[in-house]
Amino acid sequence: MSERATPTPETDDPTHGAADTEEQPRTDDADDERPPVTTGASSVVRALEAAGVEAAFGVQGGAIMPVYDALYDSPIRHVMMAHEQGASHAADAYGVVKGEPGVCLATSGPGATNLVTGIADANMDSDAVLALTGQVPSDMVGSDAFQETDTIGVTAPITKHNYFAGDADTVGDTVGEAFALAGMGRPGPTLVDLPKDVTQGEAGREPGPARPPKTYNPQMEADEQDVKVAARAIENAEKPLLLFGGGVIKANASKTARAFAIDHGIPVVTTMPGIGSFPEDHELCLSWAGMHGTGYANMAITHTDLLIAVGTRFDDRLTGGIDSFAPEAEVLHIDIDPAEISKNIHADYPLVGDAGRVIDQVDTAMEHSPDAREWREQCGQWKEEYPMDYAAPSDEPLKPQFVVEAFDEATADDTIVTTGVGQHQMWASQYWTYREPRTWVSSHGLGTMGYGLPAAIGARLAADQMGQEDRSVVCFDGDGSFLMTMQELSVAVRENMDITVAVLNNEYIGMVRQWQDAFYEGRHMAAEYNWCPEFDRLAEAFGARGWRVDDYDQVVDAVSEALAYDGPSVIDFHVDPGENVYPMVASGAPNGKFALSEDQL
Amino acid sequence: MSSDRTTETESNTAENVHRTGLKGPGPDERPHPQGRRNSQGIRIDPEVEAEPDTREAVLSALVLNEPGVLARASGLFARRQFNIESLTVGTTQSEEYSRITLVIREPEPGIEQAKKQLEKLVPVISVTELTDEAVRRELALIKIEGEHPDQIAAVAEMYDGRVVDACADAITVEVTGPKNTIENALDTFERFGVREIVRTGTAALEAGANATAKHWPDE
Repeated sequence: MSERATPTPETDDPTHGAADTEEQPRTDDADDERPPVTTGASSVVRALEAAGVEAAFGVQGGAIMPVYDALYDSPIRHVMMAHEQGASHAADAYGVVKGEPGVCLATSGPGATNLVTGIADANMDSDAVLALTGQVPSDMVGSDAFQETDTIGVTAPITKHNYFAGDADTVGDTVGEAFALAGMGRPGPTLVDLPKDVTQGEAGREPGPARPPKTYNPQMEADEQDVKVAARAIENAEKPLLLFGGGVIKANASKTARAFAIDHGIPVVTTMPGIGSFPEDHELCLSWAGMHGTGYANMAITHTDLLIAVGTRFDDRLTGGIDSFAPEAEVLHIDIDPAEISKNIHADYPLVGDAGRVIDQVDTAMEHSPDAREWREQCGQWKEEYPMDYAAPSDEPLKPQFVVEAFDEATADDTIVTTGVGQHQMWASQYWTYREPRTWVSSHGLGTMGYGLPAAIGARLAADQMGQEDRSVVCFDGDGSFLMTMQELSVAVRENMDITVAVLNNEYIGMVRQWQDAFYEGRHMAAEYNWCPEFDRLAEAFGARGWRVDDYDQVVDAVSEALAYDGPSVIDFHVDPGENVYPMVASGAPNGKFALSEDQL
Repeated sequence: MSSDRTTETESNTAENVHRTGLKGPGPDERPHPQGRRNSQGIRIDPEVEAEPDTREAVLSALVLNEPGVLARASGLFARRQFNIESLTVGTTQSEEYSRITLVIREPEPGIEQAKKQLEKLVPVISVTELTDEAVRRELALIKIEGEHPDQIAAVAEMYDGRVVDACADAITVEVTGPKNTIENALDTFERFGVREIVRTGTAALEAGANATAKHWPDE
C-alpha cells in the first residue's frame, strides 16, 4: 500500500470505474443544449447541475479559477461572499433550510483554510455541505508552492470524507459522490480538493449521476427484535420522556415524531439543534434541556425513568455531568450513526436506523401507551414552578429578551431565525416560540461566533429558491459575533437580500463577561469593548438600512420598519449590559441543579 | 469617536451587573435522585463504583488500498484518544484492498467505540475484533554486541529465531512470534548487550477456516 502525499490518478476514485457510467447515454434534451464537457472544471460543474444544485457560495482565486470559469455558463446561482468563512456558513444554513447539501467554493491555501471554521461547524452539527477547493497543480503538490496548503490533511478530521481529485475524466464523478455522501445517512460536510491541472485538463465524458461510495451503506431500519424489547420498555414506563435531537429534523421526521409523542401522551424535551422538531407551544413540550435550557426540561430529564432519545449525540452541553445525567433512567437511543450509541451515555435499548422509520417501527410494535398521566401532571407543575419570566424594571436598560419576544410577535410562524454564538443566541432560543423544523438555524456544537449573518444570507437564498420570498429571515447577533463576519453585509446589499439583523448590543463579549462575574471574581479581562462601532451607521455605510434603539418605546416601530424594508436592515439594540442568561447548569454539574441566579452557581 | 450620539456606558462595570435571576425553587429546595452513572455513562450502584477494567483487543480492518487510508485510521485513533499498542498495514491477496491490524487497550465501551468509529471511515469495508484463537505474530530485529556469537545463535534458536547478519562487532537476530515470545527473547538477549532494536506491530489472522474480514465488497 502506498502512503504518499501525491495521489495517483489510478487510485483517486477506485469505486467508480469509467466504464459503468459511460453506459448511460444522456437523454435529457435540456442537457444537450449545454456546452459539452471538455475540461475537468466543466465536468465538476456538470456534476453539480446533475445533482440538482441550484446555488453555490464562494470566493474566487487563482487555483479555483477554472471552476469559476465553467460556472460562467451554468444556471447555478453563485453568490460571491466577502470571506470564505461566510461562504461555508452560508452553504451550511442554505442546506439546513432547504434540506439538501449546501455548496461552497474557495481557492487553495488561505481560501481553503478560511473555509475550515465553517466546515468544522457543519461537521459538529451534522450539516450536509460540499466544499470544493482549488489546489496547486499536482506536480507542485508537496513543494510549498504559492498558496499551497495540505487541504486534505487539514480537513480530514472535520469532514465526513474528503477527496483529492486526480483525473480530469473522473473528477465529475468524484464531485457527485462527495455531494451524495454529504446528504446521506448522518449528514456531514465533504470536500473535494481540485488541483488546477485536473480542472484545466481535458475531459471527454459526462460525469455519471451522484452516487454515494459503495462502502457507505447506512442502516435505515432497526432490528425487529430490538424494537419489540424497546416497545415493551415504553409501554411499562411510568415517567417516559422523549428527547428530540437535530437528527429528527435532518431525517425529516418531525411529523412522525410529533404524532408519536401526542398519540402516546409522552412529554417532549428537545436538544438545542432539535428546536423546532416539536411545537414549543404544545402542552407536551418542555422546550430544550441543557446548560441554558428551561428549568422544567432539566427537571424532567433528571427525573425520567425512560429517556427516549432520537437523533442526538448527548453533547456535554446537554448532559451536564455524565455521572448525574438522567440518573434514574433507562435510555432508549434511536440514531442512524451506530457510533453515537453508547458513546457518551450507555443505551439500554439501542435502535440504529433512520429516525422516522424507527419511530414508525416502535409505534407499530407498541400495544398500548404508557400510563403517564401523573408524570404529565408533574411536568406541567414544573412548568409553573420555573417560568421563563424575566424581570424588566423601568430603572434598568432595555432587556434583550423583550427584543426577541417583540420580533417573534411581529413575524409569522415560518420565520427563519439565525444567530451568532453567545448570550444573544441563548435568548433567541429561549424567548422565541419555535413551531416548525428548519426555522432555527444556529451554530451548536462548534459554537462559532459570526455564524449568524452569513447564515441569514444562505437561509434567505434557500427560502427564495423554494418560492418562499415572503418568509422572514431574522438574524439575532451579538455585538461581538456581528463584528466577526459583518463584512457579509456587503453581500446582502449587493444581492438585495431581505434579511433583518437584530444586534443585541451590550458592548461586551457577554457570555464571557457572565462567566467572569460568576467564576473569575468579576475580572472583565478582554470581555469589554471600550469602543464599539455604531452598527446602524455602519449598516447605512454598507448600503443597508440602520436603526438604533435604546428604549422600550422604540422597539415595536423599529422592528416593524426593519421587517417591512425589502432589503438588508440592521437594528442596533443597546440592551442591558448587565443582563445574564438563566437558567444555567454549570459545566459538569447535574442538570437538576440548574441555577436561576448567580448566587446559586 | 466623533459622533454626538455616543452614550457613556456607565453601566459597563462589574458593580452594575444584575444579580437577580429567574423565579422558582433553588437547587437545594428541589428533589434530587440518588442514581449515578460512571464515566462511561453506564448506570451504577454508587456504593460499589470502581474504575472500569481495560483489556487488549486486536482489530482487523479491511480497507480500500488508496492513498491516505493509513493516515485516516491513525489520525482517528490519535484524535479520539484511543490507546494504540500497535498498528500495522499491508496488502492482501487483492491489490485493491489492504488490511490494517490494530491492537488497542481500552475499557469495553472504548473498544466498541473504536470499532464503530473505524467502520465510519469511508474507505473501510469491514472491522472485526479477532478471537483469542487468532494467529498473532510480531517481528523483532535485535542488534547485539558481537562477543559471543555461538551463545547468541543458541539463544536465537530457543525462540525460533535466527541470526540474519553478523560481523566482528555486532550480530543481528530476527525473532518472529507472538508478543510474549518477543518480550522473552529481548529479555534474554539483554545479557549480551543490546545495541539496537526494531519491532513491528502485530499482524493477525483468524484461526482455522474462519474468515478474518466479516465481508468483502460485492464484486
